[in-house]
Amino acid sequence: MSEPFLKLDDLTLAYGDSIAVDRLNFEMREGELVALLGPSGCGKTTTMRSIAGLMKARSGRILLDGRDITRVPANKRGIGLVFQSYALFPHLSVRENVAFGLRIAGTPADERDRRVASALSAVGLESFADRAPAALSGGQQQRVALARSIVMEPRLLLLDEPLSNLDARLRLGMRTELARLQRELGIAMLYVTHDQVEALALADRVIVMQGGAIEQIGTPEDIYERPASPFVAKFIGFENTFETEGDMLKGSAGPVPTGFAVPAGTRGLAWRPKSVPLGTGPHEGRIIGASYQGESVEYLLESPLGEVKAERPAAEPRHAPGTEVQFDLPLSGAVVLPNA
Amino acid sequence: MKLAGHLFLAAVMLFLIGPFVIICFAGLSAGESLAFPPEGLSLRWVIRVFEIESFRSSFALSLALGIGATLFALILGIPAAYALARYDVPGGEAIRNVLTAPIIVPGIIVGLALLRHLVIPSGLGVRLALFLAHSALLIPYAVRVVSASLENLRPDIEEAAILLGTSRIGAFLRVTLPNIRNGIMAAFIIGFITSFNEVPASLFLTGPGVATLPVDMLLYMEFNFDPSIAALSGLLALMSLTVVLVAERLLGLSHYV
Repeated sequence: MSEPFLKLDDLTLAYGDSIAVDRLNFEMREGELVALLGPSGCGKTTTMRSIAGLMKARSGRILLDGRDITRVPANKRGIGLVFQSYALFPHLSVRENVAFGLRIAGTPADERDRRVASALSAVGLESFADRAPAALSGGQQQRVALARSIVMEPRLLLLDEPLSNLDARLRLGMRTELARLQRELGIAMLYVTHDQVEALALADRVIVMQGGAIEQIGTPEDIYERPASPFVAKFIGFENTFETEGDMLKGSAGPVPTGFAVPAGTRGLAWRPKSVPLGTGPHEGRIIGASYQGESVEYLLESPLGEVKAERPAAEPRHAPGTEVQFDLPLSGAVVLPNA
Repeated sequence: MKLAGHLFLAAVMLFLIGPFVIICFAGLSAGESLAFPPEGLSLRWVIRVFEIESFRSSFALSLALGIGATLFALILGIPAAYALARYDVPGGEAIRNVLTAPIIVPGIIVGLALLRHLVIPSGLGVRLALFLAHSALLIPYAVRVVSASLENLRPDIEEAAILLGTSRIGAFLRVTLPNIRNGIMAAFIIGFITSFNEVPASLFLTGPGVATLPVDMLLYMEFNFDPSIAALSGLLALMSLTVVLVAERLLGLSHYV
């Protein structure tokens, strides 16, 4: 395979004395769609801002197409960024917002008009060209922000939480649209999100970050089915994640026997709420919460392991809050988290 | 109860607007002395105002001072407001407080201090002293009004402009400035009117043949008691009112104050 398109090489970012991102390394291929996933404060937005050039690197390098751009100012990088707030220029019409970058670049008027028109039609906003941004809905404003970036034909487009300000119906539409634009234009896209559903549904690859470092890089399937660390497991929906020591689970009140032989080289075990049977098994807990979800009932249990979440089909016998109940954490339903 | 409320409201309105009405009528008097009700109506004193040489020169001074000092205050105040709004300036809160101090300190103290410790020891010209004093008094208004409009503007639009290829300065000029233009105009109008009506500090900063219009009016009244002073007051009030009304119509001035 050829040189990676974007490469972060030991990139370290800091605000004053506090290190936000510590020696980050990852690569992106041309035309790839990558999600930077993590909780707020994990350094994902900081990383994105530094790739755009809005934040100086403390040390390390950023390479775009083999060229070191670490010291290149933001306005010379040719990287697009769609802000979470859209950051449209309130004093300009939709058309002038999209034309802004081309005007700066001194693009001839006829070419400018053509490119603005094609960018607006790519996001389906031709008929809104003369509106003011404030007269558009959130979803439309975001499409303007997108058009304003893609009209510059950037090689890399960064998106900050592209779906988080949209309601559920618009999210699905925007998701489809982003995927289509990405396919048609072949632009590499890196987007930042705290929502695992968003990351899994859209990305070719997902980079999970925590505490300024990468926890795992993989395809959505890798991340969802084979989380590499207790953090990733928890973040991706394995709410019952425990570290292990020999055949014992490390509970909040001390070690608890698993009741089976734990495979060698295991660091932890993780179960989704769906994989926790109630009414049978070696563990005991007390129901402290039950919430009816239609298809199923979600239970919160208090046990020597700490809090355990179980989701059972609504047809199963119910357990009332306050009752003691046995539960199982079987090896068959567990994801094994290997030693690093 | 409701009637009492309306009466109270009417009394307050009368108290606020009454003097203005009295002055206007007194200025339209046909008589020789300042009196209300006027002895007949005429425009003779309104015309007379324009013939008094000292009013003409002090009006010119006040006009130049109002425009010049407000512009200077804006030149210093816009960057200050920008820095306070966008950056984590060390001691920002202290700077903000110092910048609002001239509003709190009585103008008469400012004027006396300037005269005693700046104008007299340095031999500074009266016009320059007036310009400096008014600029200093106006900076708080400039900073406050421009700050208010900067706070309504998302800072990330400048970053968006930079990523579209422009420089930092370019982003400020192309994106920030057009969006705070109304705030700057509002600050200019408020500054100009404040300067034009300023008396306490300007009172100390006079010289032979040099006084701002309101001070000149006070001096005139010591020796003359004809209705021209009322006519001039009415004209000035109308001028201020017109400026504020036009500004309110065009810019929505009341958002910024």
